[in-house]
Amino acid sequence: MQYLANPTRFLKIANAVLPYVWAITIGLFAIGLYGGLVTSPQDYQQGETVRIMYVHVPAAWMALFVYSVMALASAVAVIFRHPLADVAAKTAAPIGAVFCFLALATGSLWGKPMWGAWWVWDARLTSMFVLMLLYIGYMAIWAAIEDPHRAAMVARVVALVGFINVPIVKFSVDWWNSLHQPASVFRMDGPTIHGSMLWPLLVMGLAYSFLFLALHLVSIRAEVAARKIRQIHIAEIGER
Amino acid sequence: MKLLLALIRRDLALSLRQGGGAGTALGFFLAVVVLLPIGIGPDQALLARIAPGALWISLLLSVLLSADRIFQQDYEDGSLDIMTMGPVPFELVALAKAAAHWLSTSLPLAIAAPLLGFLVNLEPQAILPLAASMVLGSAALSLLAAVGAAVTVGLRRGGLLVSILVLPLYVPVMIFGLSASQPGAAPGLTTASLLILAAITLVSLVVSPLASAAALRSYLK
Repeated sequence: MQYLANPTRFLKIANAVLPYVWAITIGLFAIGLYGGLVTSPQDYQQGETVRIMYVHVPAAWMALFVYSVMALASAVAVIFRHPLADVAAKTAAPIGAVFCFLALATGSLWGKPMWGAWWVWDARLTSMFVLMLLYIGYMAIWAAIEDPHRAAMVARVVALVGFINVPIVKFSVDWWNSLHQPASVFRMDGPTIHGSMLWPLLVMGLAYSFLFLALHLVSIRAEVAARKIRQIHIAEIGER
Repeated sequence: MKLLLALIRRDLALSLRQGGGAGTALGFFLAVVVLLPIGIGPDQALLARIAPGALWISLLLSVLLSADRIFQQDYEDGSLDIMTMGPVPFELVALAKAAAHWLSTSLPLAIAAPLLGFLVNLEPQAILPLAASMVLGSAALSLLAAVGAAVTVGLRRGGLLVSILVLPLYVPVMIFGLSASQPGAAPGLTTASLLILAAITLVSLVVSPLASAAALRSYLK
């Protein structure tokens, strides 16, 4: 981790691995979507709509995962003063918010034919919605504070306090009797989902993870470049 | 400890004598509660069903609206700078300010709210559980509001931002506060919800001073 503290070195590595990450992402999406949309069976209750799951479930996983990445990066920033940790946390937020929105939107599309309503105020849905608000609040802090150094310090606090919500989202369906299905993949007694549906789901999960990695690297690169430009501008103003 | 009590006393005196303290928050609370029956119509049965929720939402909004006063003035006139250098750990200063806000604003509101329930046709047997859950929950509300206030203390227009940041954190408080005050709930449910509410308050008691102090320090540097 200390090795990556130098932004130039980090960018060199990021640039080197990015083409491979994109290639793996595209390959995994091809396999996962083919498996999910073509080879996997219909559900005996849900029919074809079960295929929404292959887009919905990994998006929900990622929404939680990205917030955890954000909180972890913030913690690293607090503890080690790692120069890229704040950048990593800042750039992860919009990506996570999009994953969160995707999970909510696809869930809503699935809910209409299955539950008969676009939205129900149930524990899992509500806590996911709250997660979305936390993402928005975190991004709003970065937008509201002009000085990036101060914004970073305040944003760390916001990310770490909001992290309390993540376990609540994860276990909301187990704690409250909810309309939403309980977890069927990550369970103590092994997955309860059939193999023919499980493998496309897991491949899609991997594909989403690699997509996040690729997008995150690109946006870290962009953020570092933006900061360099800012410093050049400030230096120019100083010379005048 | 003596210094802490002095801090709390100072903040209480300021908020009582300056005006715009608990009285204004109570006025705002009343205005929201009165608007609700106008907005949804004067159906008594419907009002009775939503009464606890309406009172809780009004409480959240009133606490939020008064949140920016927790640190704002002391930040602007430089008192906070001096407090960082004082003998009291800055985390405890943040805690004292949250406590003063609780005593001056949230607690009076939490006590008054169930009594004002007659405006929205609150069932009489729901008054006691509602009061218990609001008194317990209001401490968590003040503590979380302090975090929001600290995070936005140096911003020119922090008010709306506080709401976006803090309302998500209020959701669990309200969920359990409401399930404790449901009329006709199972007898075990009220106790269980109150216990969870107490747990939330205790967690906020730990998290809030740390988070507020960290956020304030980044503004004071």
